[in-house]
Amino acid sequence: MQVSPTNGIGADRPVNAQDPFDLEILANPYAFHEELREAGPIVWLEHYGLWGMGRFEEVHATLNDWQTFCSSAGVGISDFRKEKPWREPSILLEKDPPEHDRARSAMTKVLSPVAIRKLRADFEAFAEELVEQLVAKGEFDAVTDLAEVFPLKVFPDALGLESGERDYLLRYGNIAFNAFGPRNSLFEESMAEMPEVAKWINARCDRAKLSPDGLGAEIFGFADEGKITEHEAGMLVRSLLTAGVDTTVNGIGCALRSLAAHPEQWAALRDDPTLVRNAFEETLRYDSPVQTFFRTTTRPVDIGGVQVGEGEKVLMFLGAANRDPRKWENADQFDIRRKAAGHVGFGSGVHGCVGQMIARLEAEVVLKALTKRVHTLELTGEPTPKLNNTLRGWAHIPVRVTAK
Amino acid sequence: MPTITFITPDGERHQVDAKPGISVMQAAMANDIGGIVAECGGSAMCATCHVYVGDDHADRLDPVGEVEHEMLECTTSERTGSSRLSCQIEVSDELDGLEVYLPESQV
Ligand code: HEM
Ligand code: FES
Repeated sequence: MQVSPTNGIGADRPVNAQDPFDLEILANPYAFHEELREAGPIVWLEHYGLWGMGRFEEVHATLNDWQTFCSSAGVGISDFRKEKPWREPSILLEKDPPEHDRARSAMTKVLSPVAIRKLRADFEAFAEELVEQLVAKGEFDAVTDLAEVFPLKVFPDALGLESGERDYLLRYGNIAFNAFGPRNSLFEESMAEMPEVAKWINARCDRAKLSPDGLGAEIFGFADEGKITEHEAGMLVRSLLTAGVDTTVNGIGCALRSLAAHPEQWAALRDDPTLVRNAFEETLRYDSPVQTFFRTTTRPVDIGGVQVGEGEKVLMFLGAANRDPRKWENADQFDIRRKAAGHVGFGSGVHGCVGQMIARLEAEVVLKALTKRVHTLELTGEPTPKLNNTLRGWAHIPVRVTAK
Repeated sequence: MPTITFITPDGERHQVDAKPGISVMQAAMANDIGGIVAECGGSAMCATCHVYVGDDHADRLDPVGEVEHEMLECTTSERTGSSRLSCQIEVSDELDGLEVYLPESQV
Protein backbone atom coordinates (compact mmCIF):
# COMPACT_ATOMS: atom_id res chain seq x y z
CA MET A 1 0.00 0.00 0.00
CA GLN A 2 1.13 3.55 -0.65
CA VAL A 3 1.75 5.51 2.45
CA SER A 4 0.56 9.02 2.98
CA PRO A 5 3.09 11.33 4.61
CA THR A 6 0.47 13.57 6.22
CA ASN A 7 -1.47 13.17 9.43
CA GLY A 8 -4.06 10.93 7.98
CA ILE A 9 -5.02 13.41 5.29
CA GLY A 10 -3.67 11.23 2.51
CA ALA A 11 -6.07 9.80 -0.03
CA ASP A 12 -4.70 6.28 0.31
CA ARG A 13 -5.61 5.51 3.89
CA PRO A 14 -8.56 3.15 4.36
CA VAL A 15 -11.74 5.16 4.92
CA ASN A 16 -15.20 4.34 6.21
CA ALA A 17 -18.05 6.84 5.98
CA GLN A 18 -20.50 5.30 8.44
CA ASP A 19 -21.35 6.68 11.87
CA PRO A 20 -20.42 3.91 14.34
CA PHE A 21 -22.64 5.57 16.97
CA ASP A 22 -25.68 5.56 14.71
CA LEU A 23 -28.51 3.98 16.67
CA GLU A 24 -29.08 1.23 14.12
CA ILE A 25 -25.42 0.26 14.14
CA LEU A 26 -25.36 0.29 17.94
CA ALA A 27 -28.37 -2.04 17.94
CA ASN A 28 -26.58 -4.47 15.65
CA PRO A 29 -22.92 -3.56 15.10
CA TYR A 30 -21.59 -6.74 13.55
CA ALA A 31 -21.97 -5.96 9.84
CA PHE A 32 -20.24 -2.63 10.43
CA HIS A 33 -17.48 -4.35 12.40
CA GLU A 34 -16.79 -6.62 9.47
CA GLU A 35 -16.58 -3.66 7.09
CA LEU A 36 -14.14 -2.00 9.43
CA ARG A 37 -11.90 -5.06 9.82
CA GLU A 38 -11.87 -5.70 6.10
CA ALA A 39 -11.05 -2.08 5.26
CA GLY A 40 -7.66 -2.24 6.98
CA PRO A 41 -5.65 -2.43 10.18
CA ILE A 42 -6.72 1.12 11.02
CA VAL A 43 -9.43 3.04 9.23
CA TRP A 44 -10.23 6.74 8.99
CA LEU A 45 -13.79 7.26 10.27
CA GLU A 46 -14.75 10.17 8.14
CA HIS A 47 -17.95 10.97 9.99
CA TYR A 48 -16.01 12.11 13.06
CA GLY A 49 -12.53 12.68 11.67
CA LEU A 50 -10.80 10.06 13.78
CA TRP A 51 -9.42 6.55 13.49
CA GLY A 52 -11.10 3.21 14.12
CA MET A 53 -9.57 -0.21 14.71
CA GLY A 54 -11.40 -3.49 14.41
CA ARG A 55 -8.76 -6.21 14.06
CA PHE A 56 -7.65 -8.19 17.09
CA GLU A 57 -3.92 -7.85 16.62
CA GLU A 58 -3.90 -4.06 16.37
CA VAL A 59 -6.49 -3.54 19.12
CA HIS A 60 -4.54 -5.80 21.46
CA ALA A 61 -1.25 -4.07 20.62
CA THR A 62 -2.83 -0.64 21.15
CA LEU A 63 -4.20 -1.61 24.55
CA ASN A 64 -0.71 -2.74 25.50
CA ASP A 65 1.14 0.37 24.34
CA TRP A 66 0.10 3.15 26.70
CA GLN A 67 3.27 5.07 25.84
CA THR A 68 2.00 5.65 22.28
CA PHE A 69 -1.74 5.44 22.93
CA CYS A 70 -2.52 7.39 26.06
CA SER A 71 -5.64 7.49 28.18
CA SER A 72 -4.97 10.84 29.85
CA ALA A 73 -6.54 12.78 26.97
CA GLY A 74 -9.76 10.89 27.69
CA VAL A 75 -10.98 7.44 26.70
CA GLY A 76 -14.07 8.90 25.08
CA ILE A 77 -14.38 10.92 21.88
CA SER A 78 -13.64 14.22 23.60
CA ASP A 79 -10.02 15.33 23.76
CA PHE A 80 -9.30 16.61 27.26
CA ARG A 81 -6.49 18.72 25.90
CA LYS A 82 -8.99 20.68 23.84
CA GLU A 83 -12.27 20.34 25.71
CA LYS A 84 -13.18 20.50 29.36
CA PRO A 85 -14.22 17.03 30.61
CA TRP A 86 -17.84 16.72 31.79
CA ARG A 87 -16.62 15.52 35.18
CA GLU A 88 -13.29 15.45 36.97
CA PRO A 89 -11.26 12.81 35.07
CA SER A 90 -10.97 9.39 36.68
CA ILE A 91 -7.67 8.90 38.50
CA LEU A 92 -7.60 5.35 37.15
CA LEU A 93 -9.22 5.11 33.74
CA GLU A 94 -8.11 8.51 32.50
CA LYS A 95 -4.53 8.61 33.73
CA ASP A 96 -1.29 7.17 32.33
CA PRO A 97 1.53 5.55 34.27
CA PRO A 98 3.23 6.51 36.50
CA GLU A 99 0.29 8.57 37.88
CA HIS A 100 -2.08 5.71 37.16
CA ASP A 101 -0.12 3.16 39.19
CA ARG A 102 -0.85 4.40 42.70
CA ALA A 103 -4.61 4.17 42.37
CA ARG A 104 -4.29 0.99 40.38
CA SER A 105 -2.28 -0.80 43.01
CA ALA A 106 -4.77 0.20 45.72
CA MET A 107 -7.66 -1.08 43.62
CA THR A 108 -5.82 -4.28 42.76
CA LYS A 109 -5.65 -5.01 46.45
CA VAL A 110 -9.29 -4.21 47.12
CA LEU A 111 -10.51 -6.33 44.19
CA SER A 112 -7.93 -9.15 44.27
CA PRO A 113 -8.95 -12.80 43.92
CA VAL A 114 -8.44 -13.31 47.66
CA ALA A 115 -10.70 -10.35 48.51
CA ILE A 116 -13.28 -11.61 46.05
CA ARG A 117 -13.30 -15.13 47.51
CA LYS A 118 -14.77 -13.67 50.68
CA LEU A 119 -17.80 -12.43 48.75
CA ARG A 120 -18.62 -15.77 47.19
CA ALA A 121 -20.89 -17.24 49.87
CA ASP A 122 -23.20 -14.19 49.99
CA PHE A 123 -23.32 -13.93 46.22
CA GLU A 124 -24.20 -17.62 45.87
CA ALA A 125 -26.93 -17.44 48.45
CA PHE A 126 -28.66 -14.52 46.76
CA ALA A 127 -28.32 -16.10 43.29
CA GLU A 128 -29.97 -19.30 44.50
CA GLU A 129 -32.78 -17.43 46.20
CA LEU A 130 -33.47 -15.29 43.15
CA VAL A 131 -33.37 -18.18 40.70
CA GLU A 132 -35.68 -20.24 42.87
CA GLN A 133 -38.29 -17.47 42.73
CA LEU A 134 -37.93 -17.06 38.99
CA VAL A 135 -38.22 -20.76 38.27
CA ALA A 136 -41.44 -20.78 40.28
CA LYS A 137 -42.74 -17.97 38.06
CA GLY A 138 -41.82 -19.83 34.87
CA GLU A 139 -41.92 -16.77 32.62
CA PHE A 140 -39.95 -13.64 33.35
CA ASP A 141 -37.79 -10.87 31.93
CA ALA A 142 -34.17 -12.04 32.12
CA VAL A 143 -33.00 -8.42 32.36
CA THR A 144 -35.35 -6.59 34.71
CA ASP A 145 -36.02 -9.65 36.87
CA LEU A 146 -32.51 -11.11 36.96
CA ALA A 147 -29.58 -9.43 35.15
CA GLU A 148 -30.37 -6.09 36.84
CA VAL A 149 -31.62 -7.35 40.17
CA PHE A 150 -28.60 -9.48 40.99
CA PRO A 151 -25.70 -7.00 40.51
CA LEU A 152 -27.78 -4.15 41.93
CA LYS A 153 -27.96 -6.00 45.20
CA VAL A 154 -24.67 -7.81 45.59
CA PHE A 155 -22.23 -5.26 44.24
CA PRO A 156 -23.34 -2.14 46.15
CA ASP A 157 -23.76 -4.36 49.23
CA ALA A 158 -20.13 -5.48 48.86
CA LEU A 159 -19.08 -1.87 48.47
CA GLY A 160 -20.98 -0.92 51.61
CA LEU A 161 -23.59 1.35 50.03
CA GLU A 162 -26.83 1.86 51.90
CA SER A 163 -29.80 0.12 50.33
CA GLY A 164 -32.67 1.87 48.58
CA GLU A 165 -33.00 3.88 45.36
CA ARG A 166 -30.40 1.77 43.67
CA ASP A 167 -31.81 2.31 40.20
CA TYR A 168 -29.84 5.56 40.37
CA LEU A 169 -26.78 3.38 39.86
CA LEU A 170 -28.09 2.06 36.55
CA ARG A 171 -28.92 5.57 35.46
CA TYR A 172 -25.44 6.79 36.41
CA GLY A 173 -23.69 4.00 34.55
CA ASN A 174 -25.82 4.66 31.51
CA ILE A 175 -24.91 8.35 31.62
CA ALA A 176 -21.20 7.80 32.13
CA PHE A 177 -20.90 5.28 29.31
CA ASN A 178 -22.99 7.40 26.93
CA ALA A 179 -20.69 10.32 27.73
CA PHE A 180 -17.71 8.57 26.10
CA GLY A 181 -19.53 8.91 22.77
CA PRO A 182 -20.43 11.81 20.48
CA ARG A 183 -23.18 14.35 21.18
CA ASN A 184 -25.96 12.26 19.71
CA SER A 185 -29.45 11.77 21.14
CA LEU A 186 -28.17 9.21 23.68
CA PHE A 187 -25.59 11.67 24.94
CA GLU A 188 -28.06 14.57 25.20
CA GLU A 189 -30.67 12.51 27.03
CA SER A 190 -28.02 11.35 29.47
CA MET A 191 -26.69 14.81 30.12
CA ALA A 192 -30.19 16.06 30.88
CA GLU A 193 -30.44 13.54 33.70
CA MET A 194 -26.91 14.08 34.89
CA PRO A 195 -27.29 16.82 37.55
CA GLU A 196 -29.88 14.90 39.54
CA VAL A 197 -28.12 11.54 39.27
CA ALA A 198 -24.60 12.85 39.91
CA LYS A 199 -25.82 14.55 43.07
CA TRP A 200 -27.17 11.25 44.37
CA ILE A 201 -23.95 9.40 43.47
CA ASN A 202 -21.58 11.98 44.94
CA ALA A 203 -23.46 11.92 48.22
CA ARG A 204 -22.97 8.12 48.34
CA CYS A 205 -19.21 8.26 47.74
CA ASP A 206 -18.75 10.02 51.05
CA ARG A 207 -16.87 8.07 53.72
CA ALA A 208 -19.55 8.60 56.36
CA LYS A 209 -22.17 7.05 54.10
CA LEU A 210 -20.32 3.77 53.57
CA SER A 211 -20.57 0.81 55.91
CA PRO A 212 -17.30 0.19 57.77
CA ASP A 213 -16.84 -3.40 56.54
CA GLY A 214 -17.27 -2.86 52.80
CA LEU A 215 -14.84 -2.42 49.91
CA GLY A 216 -15.54 1.32 49.92
CA ALA A 217 -14.31 1.67 53.49
CA GLU A 218 -11.24 -0.32 52.52
CA ILE A 219 -10.48 2.24 49.82
CA PHE A 220 -10.75 5.01 52.41
CA GLY A 221 -8.34 2.96 54.50
CA PHE A 222 -5.67 3.69 51.87
CA ALA A 223 -6.32 7.38 52.45
CA ASP A 224 -5.67 6.84 56.18
CA GLU A 225 -2.39 5.18 55.31
CA GLY A 226 -1.49 8.18 53.19
CA LYS A 227 -1.31 6.15 49.98
CA ILE A 228 -4.02 8.27 48.35
CA THR A 229 -5.83 11.43 49.42
CA GLU A 230 -9.30 11.48 50.95
CA HIS A 231 -10.61 13.11 47.80
CA GLU A 232 -9.01 10.43 45.62
CA ALA A 233 -10.59 7.70 47.74
CA GLY A 234 -14.00 9.21 47.02
CA MET A 235 -13.11 9.31 43.32
CA LEU A 236 -12.20 5.63 43.38
CA VAL A 237 -15.48 4.69 45.02
CA ARG A 238 -17.18 6.67 42.26
CA SER A 239 -15.13 4.74 39.67
CA LEU A 240 -16.40 1.47 41.06
CA LEU A 241 -19.98 2.66 41.01
CA THR A 242 -19.58 3.83 37.41
CA ALA A 243 -17.70 0.85 36.07
CA GLY A 244 -19.07 -1.96 38.18
CA VAL A 245 -22.83 -2.05 37.74
CA ASP A 246 -24.05 -1.51 34.17
CA THR A 247 -21.16 -3.57 32.85
CA THR A 248 -22.09 -6.66 34.83
CA VAL A 249 -25.81 -6.14 34.21
CA ASN A 250 -25.05 -6.17 30.50
CA GLY A 251 -22.58 -9.03 30.84
CA ILE A 252 -25.12 -11.25 32.58
CA GLY A 253 -27.83 -10.09 30.18
CA CYS A 254 -25.69 -10.91 27.14
CA ALA A 255 -24.93 -14.35 28.56
CA LEU A 256 -28.60 -15.11 29.16
CA ARG A 257 -29.62 -13.83 25.74
CA SER A 258 -27.00 -15.92 23.96
CA LEU A 259 -27.85 -19.04 25.97
CA ALA A 260 -31.59 -18.63 25.42
CA ALA A 261 -31.04 -18.06 21.71
CA HIS A 262 -28.84 -21.17 21.40
CA PRO A 263 -30.72 -24.00 23.10
CA GLU A 264 -27.99 -26.57 22.38
CA GLN A 265 -25.48 -24.35 24.19
CA TRP A 266 -27.81 -24.01 27.16
CA ALA A 267 -28.25 -27.78 27.25
CA ALA A 268 -24.48 -28.30 27.16
CA LEU A 269 -24.02 -25.90 30.05
CA ARG A 270 -26.83 -27.40 32.11
CA ASP A 271 -25.39 -30.88 31.62
CA ASP A 272 -21.85 -29.79 32.44
CA PRO A 273 -21.83 -26.84 34.84
CA THR A 274 -18.00 -26.90 34.95
CA LEU A 275 -18.34 -24.93 31.70
CA VAL A 276 -19.93 -21.98 33.50
CA ARG A 277 -16.86 -19.77 33.76
CA ASN A 278 -15.84 -20.49 30.20
CA ALA A 279 -19.37 -19.76 29.01
CA PHE A 280 -19.01 -16.28 30.47
CA GLU A 281 -15.64 -15.76 28.77
CA GLU A 282 -17.27 -16.75 25.51
CA THR A 283 -20.09 -14.29 26.18
CA LEU A 284 -17.58 -11.49 26.65
CA ARG A 285 -15.99 -12.41 23.36
CA TYR A 286 -19.19 -13.01 21.41
CA ASP A 287 -21.26 -10.06 22.64
CA SER A 288 -18.75 -7.79 24.37
CA PRO A 289 -20.62 -5.67 26.96
CA VAL A 290 -17.99 -2.92 26.65
CA GLN A 291 -17.77 -2.35 22.92
CA THR A 292 -15.40 0.57 22.54
CA PHE A 293 -12.84 2.80 24.16
CA PHE A 294 -10.69 5.57 22.74
CA ARG A 295 -7.00 6.34 23.02
CA THR A 296 -5.05 9.39 21.86
CA THR A 297 -1.69 9.13 20.10
CA THR A 298 1.30 10.71 21.81
CA ARG A 299 3.52 10.56 18.69
CA PRO A 300 3.23 9.81 14.98
CA VAL A 301 2.93 6.07 14.49
CA ASP A 302 2.80 3.61 11.61
CA ILE A 303 0.05 1.02 11.89
CA GLY A 304 0.26 -1.67 9.25
CA GLY A 305 1.57 0.86 6.74
CA VAL A 306 -0.94 3.60 7.60
CA GLN A 307 0.55 6.78 9.04
CA VAL A 308 -1.26 8.15 12.07
CA GLY A 309 -0.30 11.57 13.39
CA GLU A 310 0.30 12.78 16.92
CA GLY A 311 -2.65 13.82 19.09
CA GLU A 312 -5.19 11.84 17.07
CA LYS A 313 -8.08 9.92 18.54
CA VAL A 314 -8.19 6.18 17.92
CA LEU A 315 -11.38 4.24 18.61
CA MET A 316 -10.73 0.61 19.52
CA PHE A 317 -13.65 -1.70 18.73
CA LEU A 318 -13.20 -4.40 21.36
CA GLY A 319 -16.34 -6.15 20.16
CA ALA A 320 -14.99 -6.29 16.60
CA ALA A 321 -11.58 -7.56 17.70
CA ASN A 322 -13.30 -10.29 19.66
CA ARG A 323 -14.92 -11.52 16.45
CA ASP A 324 -11.95 -11.08 14.15
CA PRO A 325 -11.70 -14.22 11.98
CA ARG A 326 -7.92 -13.63 11.82
CA LYS A 327 -7.85 -14.56 15.50
CA TRP A 328 -10.93 -16.72 16.11
CA GLU A 329 -12.17 -19.76 14.26
CA ASN A 330 -15.89 -19.49 13.44
CA ALA A 331 -15.77 -16.10 15.09
CA ASP A 332 -19.50 -15.43 14.72
CA GLN A 333 -20.43 -18.67 16.44
CA PHE A 334 -21.36 -18.75 20.14
CA ASP A 335 -19.53 -21.78 21.49
CA ILE A 336 -19.21 -22.12 25.26
CA ARG A 337 -16.53 -24.79 24.88
CA ARG A 338 -14.10 -22.70 22.88
CA LYS A 339 -10.90 -21.36 24.40
CA ALA A 340 -12.10 -17.79 24.76
CA ALA A 341 -9.50 -16.60 27.28
CA GLY A 342 -7.33 -13.90 25.77
CA HIS A 343 -10.27 -11.90 24.36
CA VAL A 344 -10.16 -8.14 24.91
CA GLY A 345 -13.63 -7.83 26.44
CA PHE A 346 -11.99 -6.64 29.66
CA GLY A 347 -9.37 -4.66 27.77
CA SER A 348 -5.72 -5.63 28.26
CA GLY A 349 -2.54 -4.09 29.60
CA VAL A 350 -2.25 -1.46 32.33
CA HIS A 351 -5.94 -0.46 32.18
CA GLY A 352 -7.24 -4.03 31.85
CA CYS A 353 -10.41 -4.29 33.92
CA VAL A 354 -9.55 -4.20 37.58
CA GLY A 355 -13.05 -5.50 38.44
CA GLN A 356 -12.87 -8.57 36.25
CA MET A 357 -12.68 -11.12 39.03
CA ILE A 358 -15.80 -9.76 40.69
CA ALA A 359 -17.58 -9.62 37.33
CA ARG A 360 -16.67 -13.27 36.70
CA LEU A 361 -17.86 -14.26 40.15
CA GLU A 362 -21.23 -12.56 39.66
CA ALA A 363 -21.81 -14.23 36.30
CA GLU A 364 -20.60 -17.58 37.57
CA VAL A 365 -22.93 -17.79 40.55
CA VAL A 366 -25.95 -16.68 38.51
CA LEU A 367 -25.31 -19.17 35.73
CA LYS A 368 -24.50 -21.94 38.18
CA ALA A 369 -27.73 -21.34 40.11
CA LEU A 370 -29.62 -21.60 36.81
CA THR A 371 -27.93 -24.86 35.84
CA LYS A 372 -29.03 -26.37 39.15
CA ARG A 373 -32.72 -25.62 38.78
CA VAL A 374 -33.54 -24.97 35.15
CA HIS A 375 -34.11 -27.64 32.52
CA THR A 376 -35.01 -25.58 29.44
CA LEU A 377 -34.45 -21.89 28.85
CA GLU A 378 -36.08 -20.28 25.84
CA LEU A 379 -37.01 -16.90 24.43
CA THR A 380 -40.71 -16.07 24.32
CA GLY A 381 -40.21 -12.97 22.19
CA GLU A 382 -37.57 -10.80 20.55
CA PRO A 383 -35.14 -9.27 23.06
CA THR A 384 -35.02 -5.46 23.01
CA PRO A 385 -31.52 -4.01 22.77
CA LYS A 386 -30.50 -1.34 25.25
CA LEU A 387 -28.70 1.34 23.28
CA ASN A 388 -25.65 3.05 24.74
CA ASN A 389 -22.66 4.77 23.14
CA THR A 390 -20.21 2.36 24.78
CA LEU A 391 -22.08 -0.61 26.17
CA ARG A 392 -23.83 -3.42 24.43
CA GLY A 393 -26.71 -5.02 26.25
CA TRP A 394 -30.39 -5.75 26.41
CA ALA A 395 -33.27 -3.81 27.94
CA HIS A 396 -35.62 -6.81 27.92
CA ILE A 397 -35.21 -10.51 27.28
CA PRO A 398 -38.54 -12.32 27.67
CA VAL A 399 -37.89 -15.96 28.60
CA ARG A 400 -39.62 -19.09 29.77
CA VAL A 401 -37.91 -21.74 31.89
CA THR A 402 -38.94 -25.22 32.92
CA ALA A 403 -37.82 -26.65 36.24
CA LYS A 404 -35.36 -29.51 36.43
CA MET B 1 14.33 -18.54 19.06
CA PRO B 2 14.65 -18.82 22.85
CA THR B 3 13.36 -22.04 24.37
CA ILE B 4 11.49 -22.39 27.64
CA THR B 5 10.91 -25.62 29.51
CA PHE B 6 7.76 -26.16 31.56
CA ILE B 7 8.07 -28.86 34.22
CA THR B 8 4.91 -30.42 35.63
CA PRO B 9 4.52 -31.42 39.29
CA ASP B 10 5.14 -35.02 38.09
CA GLY B 11 8.44 -34.00 36.60
CA GLU B 12 7.34 -34.14 32.96
CA ARG B 13 9.28 -31.68 30.82
CA HIS B 14 7.81 -29.71 27.90
CA GLN B 15 10.22 -27.63 25.90
CA VAL B 16 8.73 -24.91 23.68
CA ASP B 17 10.10 -22.22 21.36
CA ALA B 18 9.00 -18.74 22.35
CA LYS B 19 9.19 -15.53 20.35
CA PRO B 20 11.00 -12.70 22.15
CA GLY B 21 8.49 -10.09 23.32
CA ILE B 22 5.65 -12.43 24.24
CA SER B 23 5.13 -13.49 27.84
CA VAL B 24 5.98 -16.88 29.28
CA MET B 25 2.24 -17.29 29.89
CA GLN B 26 1.53 -16.68 26.19
CA ALA B 27 4.20 -19.20 25.23
CA ALA B 28 2.46 -21.75 27.45
CA MET B 29 -0.97 -21.00 26.00
CA ALA B 30 0.28 -21.15 22.42
CA ASN B 31 1.71 -24.61 23.12
CA ASP B 32 -1.25 -26.00 25.06
CA ILE B 33 0.70 -26.41 28.26
CA GLY B 34 -1.90 -27.58 30.76
CA GLY B 35 -1.48 -26.23 34.27
CA ILE B 36 -1.60 -22.58 33.28
CA VAL B 37 -5.11 -21.15 33.23
CA ALA B 38 -4.44 -17.43 32.64
CA GLU B 39 -8.06 -16.47 33.02
CA CYS B 40 -7.39 -12.73 32.85
CA GLY B 41 -5.35 -13.00 29.70
CA GLY B 42 -2.25 -11.43 31.20
CA SER B 43 -3.56 -8.37 33.05
CA ALA B 44 -2.07 -9.51 36.38
CA MET B 45 -5.56 -9.79 37.82
CA CYS B 46 -6.25 -13.50 38.31
CA ALA B 47 -3.12 -15.23 39.68
CA THR B 48 -3.91 -18.34 37.60
CA CYS B 49 -0.65 -18.24 35.63
CA HIS B 50 1.49 -18.93 38.70
CA VAL B 51 4.85 -20.66 38.16
CA TYR B 52 7.98 -21.34 40.17
CA VAL B 53 11.28 -20.29 38.68
CA GLY B 54 14.29 -22.27 39.83
CA ASP B 55 16.98 -20.40 41.78
CA ASP B 56 19.47 -20.95 39.01
CA HIS B 57 17.30 -18.88 36.67
CA ALA B 58 15.63 -16.42 39.02
CA ASP B 59 18.36 -13.80 38.85
CA ARG B 60 17.92 -13.55 35.09
CA LEU B 61 14.42 -12.09 35.57
CA ASP B 62 13.33 -8.56 36.36
CA PRO B 63 12.33 -8.28 40.00
CA VAL B 64 8.70 -8.83 41.03
CA GLY B 65 6.66 -5.68 40.40
CA GLU B 66 4.23 -4.15 42.89
CA VAL B 67 1.06 -5.43 41.28
CA GLU B 68 2.61 -8.84 40.65
CA HIS B 69 3.54 -8.96 44.32
CA GLU B 70 -0.07 -8.24 45.34
CA MET B 71 -1.37 -10.89 43.01
CA LEU B 72 1.11 -13.53 44.16
CA GLU B 73 -0.62 -13.27 47.52
CA CYS B 74 -3.66 -14.74 45.78
CA THR B 75 -2.27 -17.96 44.31
CA THR B 76 -4.00 -21.24 45.06
CA SER B 77 -0.80 -23.23 45.40
CA GLU B 78 1.59 -22.00 48.04
CA ARG B 79 3.62 -18.89 47.28
CA THR B 80 7.34 -19.41 47.75
CA GLY B 81 10.40 -17.29 47.14
CA SER B 82 10.45 -18.73 43.58
CA SER B 83 6.87 -17.76 42.73
CA ARG B 84 6.22 -15.61 39.68
CA LEU B 85 3.30 -14.76 37.45
CA SER B 86 4.20 -16.13 34.05
CA CYS B 87 2.21 -13.36 32.34
CA GLN B 88 4.63 -10.82 33.79
CA ILE B 89 7.80 -12.50 32.47
CA GLU B 90 8.73 -11.28 29.01
CA VAL B 91 10.58 -13.73 26.81
CA SER B 92 13.92 -12.47 25.53
CA ASP B 93 17.09 -13.98 24.09
CA GLU B 94 18.68 -13.62 27.52
CA LEU B 95 16.04 -15.98 28.92
CA ASP B 96 16.89 -18.77 26.47
CA GLY B 97 16.80 -22.09 28.33
CA LEU B 98 14.54 -20.82 31.14
CA GLU B 99 12.98 -23.57 33.25
CA VAL B 100 9.73 -22.99 35.07
CA TYR B 101 7.91 -25.38 37.39
CA LEU B 102 4.12 -25.61 37.28
CA PRO B 103 2.20 -25.61 40.56
CA GLU B 104 -0.21 -28.34 41.69
CA SER B 105 -3.24 -26.16 40.97
CA GLN B 106 -4.19 -22.72 39.71
CA VAL B 107 -7.82 -22.39 40.78
C1 HEM C 1 -18.63 -7.83 32.47
C2 HEM C 1 -18.31 -6.77 33.17
C3 HEM C 1 -17.20 -5.81 32.82
C4 HEM C 1 -16.63 -5.51 31.62
C5 HEM C 1 -16.97 -6.09 30.26
C6 HEM C 1 -15.60 -4.53 31.86
C7 HEM C 1 -14.78 -4.00 30.89
C8 HEM C 1 -13.73 -3.15 31.12
C9 HEM C 1 -12.80 -2.69 30.12
C10 HEM C 1 -12.86 -3.04 28.65
C11 HEM C 1 -11.88 -1.89 30.73
C12 HEM C 1 -10.67 -1.22 30.07
C13 HEM C 1 -10.81 0.26 29.88
C14 HEM C 1 -9.68 0.83 29.05
O1 HEM C 1 -8.83 0.10 28.56
O2 HEM C 1 -9.65 2.06 28.87
C15 HEM C 1 -12.24 -1.82 32.12
C16 HEM C 1 -11.57 -1.09 33.07
C17 HEM C 1 -12.03 -0.93 34.36
N1 HEM C 1 -13.05 -1.65 34.97
FE1 HEM C 1 -14.23 -3.02 34.10
N2 HEM C 1 -15.58 -4.24 33.18
C18 HEM C 1 -16.53 -5.00 33.81
C19 HEM C 1 -16.81 -5.03 35.17
C20 HEM C 1 -16.21 -4.23 36.10
C21 HEM C 1 -16.50 -4.25 37.51
C22 HEM C 1 -17.48 -5.19 38.19
C23 HEM C 1 -15.74 -3.28 38.08
C24 HEM C 1 -15.64 -2.87 39.51
C25 HEM C 1 -15.58 -3.68 40.50
C26 HEM C 1 -14.95 -2.67 37.03
C27 HEM C 1 -14.06 -1.64 37.21
C28 HEM C 1 -13.18 -1.19 36.25
C29 HEM C 1 -12.23 -0.11 36.48
C30 HEM C 1 -12.09 0.69 37.77
C31 HEM C 1 -11.50 0.05 35.30
C32 HEM C 1 -10.37 1.03 35.03
C33 HEM C 1 -9.06 0.34 35.27
C34 HEM C 1 -7.86 1.18 34.91
O3 HEM C 1 -7.99 2.14 34.14
O4 HEM C 1 -6.78 0.86 35.42
N3 HEM C 1 -15.26 -3.28 35.85
N4 HEM C 1 -13.36 -2.62 32.34
S1 FES D 1 -2.78 -14.35 33.41
FE1 FES D 1 -3.94 -13.54 35.03
S2 FES D 1 -2.42 -12.97 36.42
FE2 FES D 1 -1.26 -13.77 34.80
